[in-house]
Amino acid sequence: MTRPYQSTVPAGRAGFAQLLHAEWTKFRTDRGWMIGLAAVAVATVLMSLLSAAGQQRQCQGGCPSTPVGPAGEPVTDAFYFVHQPLAGSGGITVRVTSMTGLIPSVADVVGRPLASVGRDGEPLRDAQPALQPWAKAGIIVAASTELGSPYAAVMVTGGHGVRMQYDYTHDTAGAAGPISPASPRWLRLTRAGDTLTGSESADGVDWREIDTVRLAGLPATVEAGLFVTSPEFAEVNRRLPFVTFSSDRPTQATGVFQDVVLQGAWPGAGWSGDDLGVPNEGYPAIGGGFHQAGAVLTVSGSGDIAPAVGVDGVGRTIDDSLAGVFAGLIVAIVLGALFITAEYRRGLIRTTLAVSPRRGRVLAAKAIVVGSATFVAGLAGAALSVVLGEQVLRANHNFIYPSSALAELGVIVGTAGLLAVAAVAALAVGAMLRHGAGAITAVFVAIVLPFYLVLPALPDDVGRWLMRVTPAAGFSIQQVLPEYPQVNGPYTPASGYYPLPAWAGFAVLCAYGAIALGLAVLLLRRRDA
Amino acid sequence: MNEPSIAVLGLRKRFGSMLALDGVSFTVRPGEVTGFVGPNGAGKSTTMRVILGLDTADEGSALICGRRYRDLPRPLCHVGALLDAGALQPGRSGRNHLLWLAHSQGLRARRVDEVIDQLGLGSAARRPAGGYSLGMRQRLGIAAALLGDPPVLVLDEPFNGMDPEGIVWMRGFLRSLAAQGRAVLVSSHLMSELQDTADHLVVIGRGRLVADTTVAELIAGVSGGQVTVRTSAQRQAMSVLAGAGAAVAAVASDTLTVSGLDSERIVAVLSGNGLPFAEVSARRATLEEAYMELTREAVEYQAR
Repeated sequence: MTRPYQSTVPAGRAGFAQLLHAEWTKFRTDRGWMIGLAAVAVATVLMSLLSAAGQQRQCQGGCPSTPVGPAGEPVTDAFYFVHQPLAGSGGITVRVTSMTGLIPSVADVVGRPLASVGRDGEPLRDAQPALQPWAKAGIIVAASTELGSPYAAVMVTGGHGVRMQYDYTHDTAGAAGPISPASPRWLRLTRAGDTLTGSESADGVDWREIDTVRLAGLPATVEAGLFVTSPEFAEVNRRLPFVTFSSDRPTQATGVFQDVVLQGAWPGAGWSGDDLGVPNEGYPAIGGGFHQAGAVLTVSGSGDIAPAVGVDGVGRTIDDSLAGVFAGLIVAIVLGALFITAEYRRGLIRTTLAVSPRRGRVLAAKAIVVGSATFVAGLAGAALSVVLGEQVLRANHNFIYPSSALAELGVIVGTAGLLAVAAVAALAVGAMLRHGAGAITAVFVAIVLPFYLVLPALPDDVGRWLMRVTPAAGFSIQQVLPEYPQVNGPYTPASGYYPLPAWAGFAVLCAYGAIALGLAVLLLRRRDA
Repeated sequence: MNEPSIAVLGLRKRFGSMLALDGVSFTVRPGEVTGFVGPNGAGKSTTMRVILGLDTADEGSALICGRRYRDLPRPLCHVGALLDAGALQPGRSGRNHLLWLAHSQGLRARRVDEVIDQLGLGSAARRPAGGYSLGMRQRLGIAAALLGDPPVLVLDEPFNGMDPEGIVWMRGFLRSLAAQGRAVLVSSHLMSELQDTADHLVVIGRGRLVADTTVAELIAGVSGGQVTVRTSAQRQAMSVLAGAGAAVAAVASDTLTVSGLDSERIVAVLSGNGLPFAEVSARRATLEEAYMELTREAVEYQAR
């Protein structure tokens, strides 16, 4: 009997680290994979730049700047202001007895400068009576009449009761319920140094404080008085199955104030009225006016004092410089799926599994390799897209929403994560289906389709639901704009608003990826290679 | 007695309605080339995949030196396998293919260059594998199987696509591997490829073991005592031999095949009757014929 052969190779290990090294060597040494990887970054950047280049803002006589609030955020600052200077501490008390609203007809608006429509009580032909829920009438103390200046205000609203708001983004609720001559509301706003206190009363006797706020750096003399404004009305028409038309129409509100009581030093010569911020860039607002009859002041106004919402009209976000992510995503899906289905096609999977009989580990190693490689490529693609895309957008006169470096970094890293998880999910589906085209289609339908194709055509509720429960929730990582309950805005994914916070949306995508990977491991273990 | 390098015991496997393996058992011993022969579709590749832990058998077991394949800590250093020489990523060079295999087993890159030299791949190893001829791919596959310098080799149809020169080389190479004490299991659907190569033969047909024997025994078993006689007096010879109790058949104008009498008796009968003969030879079956004989029953898709 022959003596069995003794292997002469030095001792070594065939553990997970070696498997990882092997899979990385596989990835690195096939030109196809490296080209695919580069394509992830290049496709992202090219499509992003192409999209950014197409976003031209054209304005006659130069584009007006978008007003920016005290915190640097873009704001809508359009209202009718009946004001006079207040020196030092003091306050205003007033009774609001009525609030009504109008939506001008198309004939009222077309072909006329918006600022002249409805000006000084000019009657609006065929206007439809309708009070906007976020129409506002009340008292305001502002640092100045400059757009975007710091302020605090107490007000009654069309449908949200009494509120105290300041510096555009802050909102505190007071008593609920509508007002009428039979059920008026007393409002009071007092200033003491930097501190402003808003109070309300149903009878002028029992007062309740709504909120006390600090406006740091308020000048000694401020502009204070009464204001009325009424936000845009979004009219949505669904005429064709896949096309939605919506038009934003200006509205006007009228508030009736009685028995204005002033405290403190008011050095001016009585009330003066100004239409502030009308016309506002990108925000539909018409003119307003006021008249005084004895103790009764009637004020009409249009616009809003609020954070700017609705990307299309006002500005661009980091989202707009990352429009090419979908192209990178498709390449990442293809890369992830083929990384395993190509082995099935060539029969190489048998070599792979014979070399590493622990199949779960094989898939884990492949996932780590293709995931990390895609992450790095995605990082490069997203970073370049943001940096270059913002330059292109600015060159096209677009207003870019300011965002912190940290927030931008978050979106860039999140985008890379989105691409990486998509590649891993595609790998898992590829291992399940063992067929490249099938796997690519399945993952594309699951992640990309809901977002890019179906979403804009679906009712908002369905779209938001899809963005919570489908893998497309992962796109939430691109969310940079906060939603404001006090603004009735187009909070749709298409406008850059996602129903889930960034991390939660990403977690939904990761959960899908993990489930797919788990199923793939199960099948890989059970099936013959 | 040494433990067998490969022990296959009672493998049964069904693919849908087809019984691919129906109780296959055999062993492969160190220092021998074991030929694993059978027609296409007989179950050779399935058996090999089960040995390598790629397919799971419904029943039975396959052990490598007493262990299941999946329990081998560093499989390539125990068993080298060539299943499908075409299983290559065309864009990757042969050397890089060997490199990832080496990395997976914690082997150094130097080992890759050693097997490249051993198989004479030379500079071709740095070209994309997509451009390799089938013969080149077979060599690369053998190189991959030898990477871990394993004591056991499992090679599925390594002669496929090789030119005659390559086949001669491969035979010698397999013999040299066995001479080193390795156990070599080589499958083929052509018995002739294994002539002068295999020490031991495992013949399989329709998922069943047909023979498990040595080459010499197999040939002897099939030759069945036929004798060829060349004679110018064909007619007379036929009649006297038949008269002596033999079954005689004329295969050419001067050639007879005689069975039922051995050579010595035939010479005596012919000489006794004064008949001329040019040659009396016990006919030795070729391995191929022996194999055909054996697998006639087992061939699944027999030509009609």
